[in-house]
Amino acid sequence: MTSAPLTHGDSLPADWRDLLALTKPRVMSLVVFTGLCGLLAAPGPVHPVLGFAAVLCIALGAGAAGALNQWYEADLDAKMKRTANRPLPAGRMSRQTALHFGVGLAVFSVILMDLAANHLAAAVLAISILFYVLVYTVWLKRRTAQNIVIGGAAGAFPPLIGWAAVTGDVSTLPILLFAIIFLWTPPHFWALSLFVRTDYANAGVPMMPVVAGIESTRRQILVYTLPMIAAAVAPWLLDLTGWVYGIFSVILSAIFLVLAFQVFANKASEPKAMGPEKRLFAFSIVYLFGLFAALVVDRWLI
Amino acid sequence: MPLEEDELIRKRQRERSRVLAILLGLFVVLMFAITIAKMSVNR
Repeated sequence: MTSAPLTHGDSLPADWRDLLALTKPRVMSLVVFTGLCGLLAAPGPVHPVLGFAAVLCIALGAGAAGALNQWYEADLDAKMKRTANRPLPAGRMSRQTALHFGVGLAVFSVILMDLAANHLAAAVLAISILFYVLVYTVWLKRRTAQNIVIGGAAGAFPPLIGWAAVTGDVSTLPILLFAIIFLWTPPHFWALSLFVRTDYANAGVPMMPVVAGIESTRRQILVYTLPMIAAAVAPWLLDLTGWVYGIFSVILSAIFLVLAFQVFANKASEPKAMGPEKRLFAFSIVYLFGLFAALVVDRWLI
Repeated sequence: MPLEEDELIRKRQRERSRVLAILLGLFVVLMFAITIAKMSVNR
């Protein structure tokens, strides 16, 4: 790893807005939502204050992981258009500030989770932060095209943490929720990486389209979509949820499958002609929000 | 150090101090609320 070019970042104290940007607030929204849904789907009551504190800890933990990811990847971010204006590659903050902020936030979130919820939720939160930073960012991302496949587990922990914060244990449904996000991550990121692959190639990140080619990536998106759909409808088939979740999971999964087929059938290699890939990427976010929202509606309204 | 840069440093320090004060205040309120909630749950 090489140091990012630093200008003002070395001498000026970081702006608080840049510290906030370091936590990747947009990514955090999906993490917070799935964590909240895991918490709300869990059986048994949860005190609103403790539930709020648990979701806050999930958000802070995700923010800490995002900050440490940016600390480690400052050199990569500087090479990609999409990330070049982040606080570190843009030279608005020193790397030491980012490291201290990330580690401090991570420790704080785990301790607060232990105080507000229980040991299991705090332990799973700590594992998810370490997994994202050490396994995905440090170990896999620059070494293998499977980085997203294994690294996807890091983003799959929030519903498990939310569930554990309420119940103090982990059962079949939260494991299936984990599996849904874990299997959803490859099609989601590979769809994105198809139309920004030049960025990844320039930065030397071995994403699937860069290493295995566009056609192979399209085929693998379709292949990963099938077990993802199986995991998505499994809670309903196993009678762990009601008909609302069942209907939503079937409809949303059918749309996902059609879009994945359109990606598979697309032969274009220029990003401008990658409409199906862009549609799949956009819908994949709606898909995850929709599934988890249906889970909560099913649990609370039916 | 140029005067402009010195002013920028002071401005950022002031802003960060304000944000930190607000966050510390919210943390105190949150810890109080968590303590009360835990007491009511355990009762």
